[in-house]
Amino acid sequence: MSEVKIRNLHKSYGSVDVLKDNNLIVENGAFVVLVGPSGCGKSTLLRCIAGLEPISSGTITIGGKTVNDLPPAQREIAMVFQSYALYPHMDVYGNMAFGLKFAKTPRPEIDARVAEAARILQLEPLLKRRPRELSGGQRQRVAIGRAIVRKPQVFLFDEPLSNLDAALRINTRVEIAKLHKMLAATIVYVTHDQVEAMTLADKIVVMNKGRIEQTGKPLDLYYKPANLFVAGFIGSPAMNFLAATVKDGKTLELADSQHLNVPLPAASKPGDQVTLGCRPEHMRLGGDGTLALKGTVDIIERLGETGFAHIRMATGQTIIAEVRGDPGTSPGASATLSLAPAQLHLFDASGQRLG
Amino acid sequence: MRRNISAIAVHGILGLYTLLALFPILLVIFNSFKTKNAIFGAPLTLPTPSTFSLVGYNRVFGDSAVGSYYVNSIAVTAGTIFFTLLFGAMAAWALTEYRFRWNTLLALFFSIGIMVPIRLGSVAIIQLVVSLNLINTRTALILVYTAQNLPLSIFILSEFIAQIPKDLREAARCDGLSEYNIFFHIVLPLIRPAMATVAVFTMIPVWNDLWFPLLLAPTGGKQTITLGIQQFLGQYITDWNAVLAALSTAIIPVLLLYVVFSRQLIRGLTSGAVK
Ligand SMILES: Nc1ncnc2c1ncn2[C@@H]1O[C@H](COP(=O)(O)OP(=O)(O)OP(=O)(O)O)[C@@H](O)[C@H]1O
Ligand SMILES: [Mg+2]
Repeated sequence: MSEVKIRNLHKSYGSVDVLKDNNLIVENGAFVVLVGPSGCGKSTLLRCIAGLEPISSGTITIGGKTVNDLPPAQREIAMVFQSYALYPHMDVYGNMAFGLKFAKTPRPEIDARVAEAARILQLEPLLKRRPRELSGGQRQRVAIGRAIVRKPQVFLFDEPLSNLDAALRINTRVEIAKLHKMLAATIVYVTHDQVEAMTLADKIVVMNKGRIEQTGKPLDLYYKPANLFVAGFIGSPAMNFLAATVKDGKTLELADSQHLNVPLPAASKPGDQVTLGCRPEHMRLGGDGTLALKGTVDIIERLGETGFAHIRMATGQTIIAEVRGDPGTSPGASATLSLAPAQLHLFDASGQRLG
Repeated sequence: MRRNISAIAVHGILGLYTLLALFPILLVIFNSFKTKNAIFGAPLTLPTPSTFSLVGYNRVFGDSAVGSYYVNSIAVTAGTIFFTLLFGAMAAWALTEYRFRWNTLLALFFSIGIMVPIRLGSVAIIQLVVSLNLINTRTALILVYTAQNLPLSIFILSEFIAQIPKDLREAARCDGLSEYNIFFHIVLPLIRPAMATVAVFTMIPVWNDLWFPLLLAPTGGKQTITLGIQQFLGQYITDWNAVLAALSTAIIPVLLLYVVFSRQLIRGLTSGAVK
């Protein structure tokens, strides 16, 4: 059992509150990914779990044991740093064996564990090399190896792939996913990269300004974002938002006086301010006009088979819609956008999801 | 072509400077191998078969005390280097890594030590050493020199320790190392080049110092070599053969220590730690 439970966690540096009332459960064997804008406290949360930062209040339990006051070494965690943090004066073997030596592990046991990790990570030919003689990807694998040999209850990764080039990042991402299956490890993983988050996670935690905005399965966050922040953060390009006012039970009036017939939740009253959200990939150029927006084509970005059309509304707001194949229009032309009714999101004035 | 000329000019200037710096030393070494008459008759010539003489060396090594002066000097210098590096690195580590109440004040206190010459406190130091019953001991010299060299070494080492990536120390903490082990197994190996620099800075003034040996260990067989040589300089006659021979041999240990440390000076160890 290596469940991580975080209850009412507060962390402040002096008068600055960096983490506010965080609650999170990382189930045994789960792969949990923390995402959020830069400076929102992801690393801080991870370092609090690791014991590298003292917490201001709240409790952290790992495997049923409250670890608030335990030093990192006694929490049975292993951390992989963004900068790899390999010991430069030791070879690869030395780096992986270092912690075990200080834990007074018997020598044959150390050798066996290092050999095992080296085999899994294909580091066998490199055991005698110093970190400066390794490529970025190899260093990354050594850093992961150093974590594996300690057989921790929980692995903590802080943006482990962000220093790798795009191709290597994809490879290593797949490797980490395999590793997670093989070791049945509990992992908390911080990343900036949406694709990493969506593909690796059993559960994504979206953070903003020190708070956890939403926790859920990747597709749940995508299809049912709990609030405006999560809706705008998950998905790329970001979801389009349109300010609107409720007209009657099934009509919205947009800022530029267009009317849309949208299924509205029963509780909404005429005059309510709402925000309508629709992802670029759920919009089409052209269409029948039942659920359509009118505007002018600004630019069209073609990425190959797919592309993005930037449509300027009468209010000056730009809406991005995905196009496939030949969009059949060009900048300056007027355009109609059709929305898929089932894929619309509605948020109330305070930003919370409606319905 | 242009580059060639400027390279020659640079090398010429540097070569000239080297010659200038080495000249007195070479003069001492040449003349230590000459007879007394030749030293005064033709001080600038190399020893020839007719003027060659080892009389100075014979006298220096014949004097049983001189051997122990060497031992004193080496012990004092080595002891000073050891304690300066150990305590300097420890203090630097504590001041850079840990935030505690008197941190800034303590750092300031140490940096004042760089600015105030320790010799101003000679009287107080003598009183202290006397009341500790340490007069005429090597321990007294080592303690005073360590105190003298600590401020600057803390200053230099702090700069280097601050450059060790934070992640590295935290990785070690996750690996279960105690703070002492982090210091000895991560920090010390990584600041070796800086320590070599400090060692060289420390070593030469200590080896050459005459002041504190004269005040704190002038007799009792605990004189250092710089002080011990003074016995050959009389009020009426000076035994130049012996003085020159003693000076020449006094260069050797410093040279050896320098060779040892300079190998470390060149290395950049942190490359490959992060990114
Ligand atoms: N030692 C510190 N003292 C004061 N404030 C700090 C300290 N460390 C971090 N912070 C602040 O805490 C906030 C969260 O930092 P943190 O490193 O957790 O962000 P992050 O989400 O990991 O960002 P990034 O994605 O850029 O790595 C930031 O606003 C930062 O300025
Ligand atoms: Mg971070």
